[in-house]
Amino acid sequence: MSNSNFTRRGVLKTGAIAGGSLAVPTIFTAGSASAFTNEPTGSSVTLGFNVPQTGPYAEEGADELRAYQLAVEHLNGEGDGGMLNTFSSKALKGNGILGKKVEYVTGDTQTKSDAARASAKSMIEKDGAIMITGGSSSGVAVAVQGLCQEAGVIFMAALTHSNDTTGKDKKANGFRHFFNAYMSGAALAPVLKNAYGAERRAYHLTADYTWGWTQQESVQAATEAMGWQTVNNVLTPLATTDFSSYIAPVLNSGADVLVLNHYGGNMVNSLTNAVQFGLRDKMVNGKQFEIVVPLYSELMAKGAGENIKGVYGSMNWNWQLGDEGTKAFVQSFGQKYGFPPSNAAQTSYAQTLLYADAVERAGSFNPCAVVEALEGFEFDGLGNGPTLYRAEDHQCFKDVLVMKGSDNPTSEYDTLEIVEVTPRAQVEYAPDHPMFAGGDLGTCNPGA
Amino acid sequence: MDAILLQTLNGLDKGSAYALIALGLTLIFGTLGVVNFAHGALFMIGAFCAVTFSRLFSLSYETLDPTKKDFLGNPLKVKTPYLEGWFGPELGGTLIDWAVPLSIIFAIPVMIFIGFAMERGLIKHFYKRPHADQILVTFGLAIVLQEVVKYFFGANPIPTPAPMAFRGSADLGVLIGMDPNVVIYPVWRMVYFFFAAAIIGAVFSFLQFTTFGMVVRAGMADRETVGLLGINIDRRFTIMFGIAAAVAGLAGVMYTPINSPNYHMGMDFLVLSFVVVVVGGMGSLPGAVLAGFMLGILESFASMNAIKSLIPGIDQIIIYVIAIVILLTRPRGLMGRKGVMED
Amino acid sequence: MFGLEKKDTSLLVIVAILALFAPFILNPFPTESGLAQFNAGYPDLMQRFVIFGIFAIGFNILFGLTGYLSFGHAAFLGVGSYSVVWMYKLLDYNILPGLVLAVITAGIFALLIGFVSLRRSGIYFSILTLAFAQMSFNLAYSVLTPITNGETGLQVYNNDKQILMSAGDPTSPHLFGIVMNKSANLSIAGWDFTFNNGYYFCAVILLIVFYLSIRIFRSPFGMMLRAVKTNQTRMNYTGLNSRPYTLAAFVISGMYAGLAGGLMAAMDPLAGAERMQWTASGEVVLMTILGGVGTLLGPVLGAGFIKYFENIFSKINDNVLHGWFSFLPDGLENLLVGIIHPFVGKGWHLTLGLLFMLVVIFLPGGLMEGGQRIRERFGKKKGGGGGKDAEHHPKEAPHVAE
Repeated sequence: MSNSNFTRRGVLKTGAIAGGSLAVPTIFTAGSASAFTNEPTGSSVTLGFNVPQTGPYAEEGADELRAYQLAVEHLNGEGDGGMLNTFSSKALKGNGILGKKVEYVTGDTQTKSDAARASAKSMIEKDGAIMITGGSSSGVAVAVQGLCQEAGVIFMAALTHSNDTTGKDKKANGFRHFFNAYMSGAALAPVLKNAYGAERRAYHLTADYTWGWTQQESVQAATEAMGWQTVNNVLTPLATTDFSSYIAPVLNSGADVLVLNHYGGNMVNSLTNAVQFGLRDKMVNGKQFEIVVPLYSELMAKGAGENIKGVYGSMNWNWQLGDEGTKAFVQSFGQKYGFPPSNAAQTSYAQTLLYADAVERAGSFNPCAVVEALEGFEFDGLGNGPTLYRAEDHQCFKDVLVMKGSDNPTSEYDTLEIVEVTPRAQVEYAPDHPMFAGGDLGTCNPGA
Repeated sequence: MDAILLQTLNGLDKGSAYALIALGLTLIFGTLGVVNFAHGALFMIGAFCAVTFSRLFSLSYETLDPTKKDFLGNPLKVKTPYLEGWFGPELGGTLIDWAVPLSIIFAIPVMIFIGFAMERGLIKHFYKRPHADQILVTFGLAIVLQEVVKYFFGANPIPTPAPMAFRGSADLGVLIGMDPNVVIYPVWRMVYFFFAAAIIGAVFSFLQFTTFGMVVRAGMADRETVGLLGINIDRRFTIMFGIAAAVAGLAGVMYTPINSPNYHMGMDFLVLSFVVVVVGGMGSLPGAVLAGFMLGILESFASMNAIKSLIPGIDQIIIYVIAIVILLTRPRGLMGRKGVMED
Repeated sequence: MFGLEKKDTSLLVIVAILALFAPFILNPFPTESGLAQFNAGYPDLMQRFVIFGIFAIGFNILFGLTGYLSFGHAAFLGVGSYSVVWMYKLLDYNILPGLVLAVITAGIFALLIGFVSLRRSGIYFSILTLAFAQMSFNLAYSVLTPITNGETGLQVYNNDKQILMSAGDPTSPHLFGIVMNKSANLSIAGWDFTFNNGYYFCAVILLIVFYLSIRIFRSPFGMMLRAVKTNQTRMNYTGLNSRPYTLAAFVISGMYAGLAGGLMAAMDPLAGAERMQWTASGEVVLMTILGGVGTLLGPVLGAGFIKYFENIFSKINDNVLHGWFSFLPDGLENLLVGIIHPFVGKGWHLTLGLLFMLVVIFLPGGLMEGGQRIRERFGKKKGGGGGKDAEHHPKEAPHVAE
């Protein structure tokens, strides 16, 4: 393994380094023959699956890991092939990637930037991983994306919803398949208008960190554009477990919709508390009081139990979709694990396939070649309909699902129902949109 | 006015949770002198007693319903709880509905047993060891308990609703002549408050009015002398540990309908409960209860929009600001005894 | 040598040798073997061992000597990291200005927090430090985002000023051109060894601060701090005001923490708010206790122990387990994998928790006591260094809740 991290400018300094007092005698230095970090030389290639395995998002991480393992099986030609059969690109043949058998290592992000980077580094430095993927929060995704850019490997983000991941913090070596806060707002707003009317007054409770802020900003902009007013936006500390003191004033504020910009445990608790306070049984301004949760996940829905009935939200993907890709994936995931995959699992699976396919099409594991192959790539058959990996910011553009808590679920798996599949055109935005401004993709870094 | 009234209610409610946890902790920490980092885990186990109990109640047998399909296209398995099968949907359903309050009966012996086992098996050997060792061993224990729960129940929060009769909210404002919809408060939270008050009252009267309590209080003040009088204070301390565990566990059981329990909820409360105990003053039961309610109420007030707009982020740090102010103005917290854990 | 007693000199020499050859010592298994999973000799983890070692050594100067248990040392760690990254953003990627600033800012923070917190003792002191650190964490995560970049963590962007940056400069942390994340490799018959600039830089710093800590332990100042631990009241009766001594110890250990935090950002140019959380403060407490409170080497061992489990055990998944036992018959293989499964991968916390309990139950003096027992068993063959300094090991504090 050679991770001498030469950058364009760094190379010039090599002489100085060799002379440096701390440098190890050059006789030890293995000839830096590889063209990029962790170039696979043997008969196998190693991918790094970096997911939360402890802490509040452990279940989500476990589901991502299941999807990754399934993807590896399919890439190696085991199992029923899943979405390989429906994927519009036919470059992958089920013989690994470029003929090399796919192997993987796993790590625990603990949903902490530091731990996630430590884990990713060990995959790069120790295990020779050529690509890192995973994560269940935007802070972690941005931190690991930065690391991969520096180290010269590709980062395929899994669950990260903040605008910043492909906005302010975008990186040339990083790619996001998952949708973002802006898309949630754009997809939800028309549905909310149809359901609740254009004359609504919204009260936002927002998790007090960057993801919460970007989502609140996006939803506020989208709902105000169709006539809603925003009464208040209250920031809640991340560590809050009991939201009663934030929810109690809502009813007297003149608002008739409560928007909960929370995720994970925060969302489960804030929604549970809001329902406890009987908000949804009340009439305000002559209208039924409503609650909206802009970002849903299956696990949160499970944790919130009956409280989600009738509550609107958005999702990247859901197993109840009827397209061929979804059916194939649900079939092979369900056969293996006994329950349907979550949307975190689908994005993880799709990202792995997309990476493998890009390598196959580029004919090289070189990150710069992969970046080139992914930029502007149009594909279909991975469950989200026709999708574009936009070159300007490495964000996928595809349909977004608007979901609602099901009133009469038949099993524990269909607690959410699809209300509308918002077409891609409706959630697109310009790369220089103000909510995404300030970032710089930079150039791809192959490391070594 | 109504905002203040609402936040006072919230504060009393939060405070009752804080006070209950701190009460149990201070029995062990402030009086037995053991730094028990596993106390949060006891709270969590209490909550999972409720989860286990409701799972037991809704144990189901499966029948295939060929008219419906599951996600793989196979016939859907329909679950019917055994209780409904045995007692009919009416009574069985009611029993399942009341699982959380009923699980108190189940939780008390379980928690007392866990408390006994912990004290006899582990803590007993650490009374004479430095606090540092106590921290390490109880923290290790907390992690182990937490991981065991995670192994069986997963990391996701598990919804455990209150009985139908206690769901939703009551309009308290109307009762005192205010407009409707002004002061609305969830019923279960009020139940929690009264439940906490009852437990706190019970613990105090137990210590105050029984011979047993008297001996324990004497033992806290001067363990050696009580031992010299020929009283087996060790056995009583074991029982106190069991009681402390039961108090923490009951706090957990009743908390489940307020927030869905998950395996790390104990850690979320751990730091806070230490702050409450110390602000209340080491070795003082009334101090812990007082501090619990005080911090709960002030925390609620700090999250009011008027105050947040005045000082942004105040609700993030209010607990710690109060702790610092109190500890600097009152050297031993609100009602602390001299010489307890001051070395 | 260096004004140290013979025994301390040999301890320092042993630590120096261990640090120098760490890439060999920590990589005992050939790269392709199944046991390579347990190799810890890759740059990131070696750096972490050393950095958390520094953090724990500093913490031990306060806790081990004075007995004051701070539950807020992570705040200084975070402050150190932020200082370094800000220097990257403003000046350039040279780590030296940042590290100097990290030590200074952490020192100032420690002075302020220590001045207030040391007005109380025992558990009241602990809670005061905890409160300050938690305030720092909560604010850094939310309100102070313009300074700390909140959840994401502070990092360098392409459009940052970097006024000292000129065309040929490295674009990652370096010390006058020696780039921290560069390594040299050595492959011998199946073994791969990595010699990383950043690691050796940290190791040199470790040796310096370890030396300083020995000096502090042996100095009259150190004696005074121990007097504080043994009986502060009696010390006060003799007319000595102990406060300046404890405050000095607090500030020194805060500066150690700041240096450690700075080094973290020097190895990896990112400063996350989680570094200031109570769990991070608790971690250094655990490291110190686990290794052996008041011993010179113990905290470093404790730090290594915890970081090893966090980074190595969390990566062992079922796939790896099946790989190890694939030579067994299927049934036995699955049985063994099933038994080990709960303790590795996502269950690494469980293993760590169990080990905490086992260590403290069977080795009351921490890992150092374990080392001493082993030495006693095998007789005093080595003599002198390596073990714990038995004479200087402070007596355990008596049970205080009386």
